[in-house]
Order: sequence, then C-alpha cells, then structure tokens
Amino acid sequence: MTTKSQALLNWVDERFPLTSTWKAHLSEYYAPKNFNFWYFFGSLALMVLVIQIVTGIFLVMHYKPDASLNASGVPVAFAAVEYIMRDVPGGWLIRYMHSTGASAFFVVVYMHMFRGMLYGSYRKPRELIWLFGVGIFLALMAEAFMGYLLPWGQMSFWGAQVIVNLFSAIPVIGPDLALVIRGDFVVSDATLNRFFSFHVIAVPLVLIGLVLAHIVALHEVGSNNPDGVEIKKKKDANGIPLDGIPFHPYYTVKDIVGVVGFLFVFSAVLFFAPEGGGYFLEYNNFLPADPLVTPPHIAPVWYFTPFYSLLRAVTYPLFGLDAKFWGVIAMGAGVVIFAFLPWLDRSPVKSIRYKGPIFKTALVLFVIIFFILGYLGVQPPDNGGIKDRTTQICSVLYFAFFLLMPFYSKMDKCKAEPERVTS
Amino acid sequence: MSVEEKMDSGRRQLLLATSVAGGAAAAATAVPFVASLTPSERAKAAGAPVEADVSKLAPGEMMTVEWQGKPVWILRRTEEMLATLKPLDDQLADPMSEKSIQPEYAKNEARSIKPEFLVTIGICTHLGCSPSQKFKIGAESGLGDAWPGGFLCPCHGSTFDLAARVYAGKPAPTNLEIPPHKYLADTKILIGDDGTA
Repeated sequence: MTTKSQALLNWVDERFPLTSTWKAHLSEYYAPKNFNFWYFFGSLALMVLVIQIVTGIFLVMHYKPDASLNASGVPVAFAAVEYIMRDVPGGWLIRYMHSTGASAFFVVVYMHMFRGMLYGSYRKPRELIWLFGVGIFLALMAEAFMGYLLPWGQMSFWGAQVIVNLFSAIPVIGPDLALVIRGDFVVSDATLNRFFSFHVIAVPLVLIGLVLAHIVALHEVGSNNPDGVEIKKKKDANGIPLDGIPFHPYYTVKDIVGVVGFLFVFSAVLFFAPEGGGYFLEYNNFLPADPLVTPPHIAPVWYFTPFYSLLRAVTYPLFGLDAKFWGVIAMGAGVVIFAFLPWLDRSPVKSIRYKGPIFKTALVLFVIIFFILGYLGVQPPDNGGIKDRTTQICSVLYFAFFLLMPFYSKMDKCKAEPERVTS
Repeated sequence: MSVEEKMDSGRRQLLLATSVAGGAAAAATAVPFVASLTPSERAKAAGAPVEADVSKLAPGEMMTVEWQGKPVWILRRTEEMLATLKPLDDQLADPMSEKSIQPEYAKNEARSIKPEFLVTIGICTHLGCSPSQKFKIGAESGLGDAWPGGFLCPCHGSTFDLAARVYAGKPAPTNLEIPPHKYLADTKILIGDDGTA
C-alpha cells in the first residue's frame, strides 16, 4: 500500500475502528474449514435482503397506498401496481424481482434453518444466535404478510381479513386488538396505509437490527460446522484455531459461487415463471380487492401454508374457548417452538453425522410432515374428510417432533464426535 | 464493597425519582401514538344506514348491498326454502340463536322480521370471509345428497342454512350476524337503523 493511502487509513483508524472491524469480521474471522453446500444460505439470505431493500426503494417511488377508486373505478393501489408493470420503464422487472425475491427469501431461510437443525447450530454456546434467527423469521413473516396487502388484489384483501381476524379470537382483548391493527371496522384504506408504513419502515428496521445482532453474536462465539465440534478447542501457537481459515478471502470467494448458482435459478424463475405457477403470485390477486365477494378458494402464499395447516387442524373447542382461538395458538406455537430447540435437544453430540438412528428418523419425518402440511395448506378443506384428518395427524406429529425431543435425543445411541473436523 | 459504602443515598434517591418521572413521561407520550391506531372519526362516521329496494327481487334470489364496508345480503325466501329450516334444528350449532348476534326482533326461527326476507351480514363469524351461495339442493350442490340449500364459506368450510344458522362441528362459532334494520315500506328496507338507537 502506498504511504499516502496508508496515511489516510491511519487517519481514519484513529477516529473510527475501520481496520479492526474489517479484521474482526472478515480477514481475521476464522471459520471452520469444512463448510459444505448448506453453508451457502446464510450469505444468500443477506443478499436477498439487499435485493428486497433496493427493489423496494424503487417500487415505493411509483406505488400509492390508496384504496379509493380512481376515475375508471379501480382502486388506486391496484392501479399503481399495474402502472408499474406496464408503464414504468423497467418497472415490471423491479416488481418481479421483489415478488420473486419474497419467495426466494423464504426458500433460502428455510434451507438456512434446516442447516441449523442438521448440524445442531442452535446448541450451546449459539443459543442467542438461534433466538435472533427465530426473531428474524418472525419479522420476515410479518414483512411478507403486510407486503402482500399492498397490491390490493382479492387475495391481498381476503388474506389480510382472515389473518387480522385471527387476533380477534384472543379472549378479552381480541376484538379491540383487531380494531387497532385494522384501524377500521373492516380491512380498508386505513389498514392499507398502516401496513405500507410497517412494510417499508418499521419491520425492515427491526429486520436489519436483528440481522446485525445475529451476525455479531455469531462472530462472538464462532461458526459451527458440519461435524459440530468446536474449532476453538484446538489452537496453534498464535491462538488461531487449527481448523479455521480466514473468512475473507476463503469464504467470500466460496459464497460468490453460491451467489452465482442462486442467481441462475432466481433469474430463471424471474424471467420464465415469475408467478411461480400461481404459488408466488396467486391468480386471484390479479383481480382488484372486492370487500363484498370472497374468491371461491383462498389460500395463503406457499411459505405460510405449513403454519396455516396447523391453524386449520384444530376444530374442537377446549376449556370453554373457541376452536378458532386454539387454532391461532397452534399456528403461533408452530413458529415459536423453534426458539426452544436449544433446550429441547439433549443429545451429547451436535451434528447429525454423529447422532443416532432415532434423531435421524425424527428429522426426516419432520421434513416430510412439513412438506405434507405445506401441501395441505393450499388445498380446500374437505369437511372432516381424508385431507382434514391427515392435517390433524401431521400437526400432532409436528409438535411431537419438538416436545418429545428431550426424551428421544437423550436415549438415542450416538457415535463419538471426532477431536477435530473431518475432511 | 468500598464503593457501596461511599454511596450517596440522597443522590441515589434523586436519581430514582428522576428515572420514574422520566419513565412516566415517556409512557404518557405513547398514548397519542397508540390512539392514532384506533379508528378515526371519519371511519366511525362511515356507518350511515343504507336503503335497499327489494321490489325487483324474485323469489329465491339474493341481492347484496354494502353497509359499513361489509356485504349485507337480502335473500327472498320461497315457501320451500322456509320449510327446510325447522327439520335442521338438531344439526345446527345454535338453532335458537342464543349465542348469536341479532336484534331481538330477528331472534326467531327464520331470523327475520318477515320470514320471506332474510337480511344478514354476509361475513363468516369464523375469520371474516364472505360465504358463497349454495342454493342448489342435493348432490348437484357438491355438498352431499342431503344438502337442503344454504351457504358455504370457501375459506374454512363452515356451512349455514337458509336462515344463516351455522351447522354444528364447523369452525364458525355462531350464526351470521343480523344487522339492525326496518321496513320503510313493503319493499323498502333500511339497513343500519331500526329506530331503537
């Protein structure tokens, strides 16, 4: 480095921890050398977040959150999205990047969460990283739900109607709470405007804060790896983990490969199937919101369907409270229960590589159940028929995976962990 | 421990008192923000009554009017339709409308002032979808051979009879709500105002 630029860097470093931050988080952050395919998804999630923020900033320049009807009798918000799609140069691409990005975000985050479950990344000392992660997942769900109202189509309107009414099932405070969320007695212009505000300001701020906390906590304790052994236990004379390599350049370069692979798939969807066969953008949402007519079949977007199935599974009242309330509890618990994983898993080893047959079977079954619940969530209910019964059985198994984990993870026959990472 | 021994308890109390006062001020500041989330005066005023003319409604047909942003259905029931109500009583969750919301004058078998006209808010009491018409009888309706006609909520499958009463074992807890209404003339209904309030 030339002396002049070195002098400038010194000038900055005396006033701001630039070099030390760079070192602590990149060039001298030692990550295990055995990361595999599953370790792409953290950096990919960060990239999709950037895509969503950048495309979102540009969409807001043309979008209007206004439920009133324009001169042609179409809601202004709905017409604004059509305007972006048809008349704004490049608008269709930016909008499809944003709508496809939402689905991509969930694909990437689900893979990232599954990685954590595979290799026990939630186990001590990474409980807080996991909790921040669950917070990110919750914020992401809120962000996606409120964003879905903005095009003001039929699915936007009726989806919001159903989900906001869920809150009214809470005893005592429920009806008032739903009123405060909507800001009106029905989903209306007031609802559209506040969801817009939350979607573009409040939730993204929370999301970015949580992502920062997630990464700071990660870099404090160090990354887990596919073997689930702590690389910090074996250090060389300089205090550098023997199995660690600097994040930059080793993993920045590796992650670029992941980014290229991801962008191949993302672009293919973006240009050839931006509606995702009706799963990314539902066909009913190409009709403007009509508060008087519910579409014949309403279902949430694919990433919510497993949890929506949990909601529908409860059909019996309990303790004098409506089935509706318990459905809401089941759905909420289905998400929040992930937060308890660090304390539910009592296995002596972290990684699936050394866990016994019971845990392996349980995890495979859980993934299958998650997909079945996801599939059933887009199907119409069949009034206690085979689909509804399957939903109920799968919901019980879903919770059993978590609640029985302290027992089966303890009695499982695990293999011994190696001293150092393999391969 | 030496630090604690030297602690100035007067200053500590002052510090506590200042924090409590500051906290109370901050909490009070939150009031207008939370209040701004509740329905505005304009939203509250938007519930004006609406008039519906049912003179052109043929027997067995239904019309929808908008009141307070919600669909209000007016169904002109035929004698055959009304005859289906009584035998259903033991299949329903609340046949006598004990738990359901309706004005006193609509708390009867047909849930209406005049049995011929059912006036009801077309919003499912489960999660707020608008049920769809299933007036065809039997297998043709897709709801089984014994279906006597009624409504089906597309969202979670709740079914209602032709008096908007919910079937038992369905997610909706109560019958559809009957709005306050009155007859201004033989074929003119005012929805949202029954002269009692």
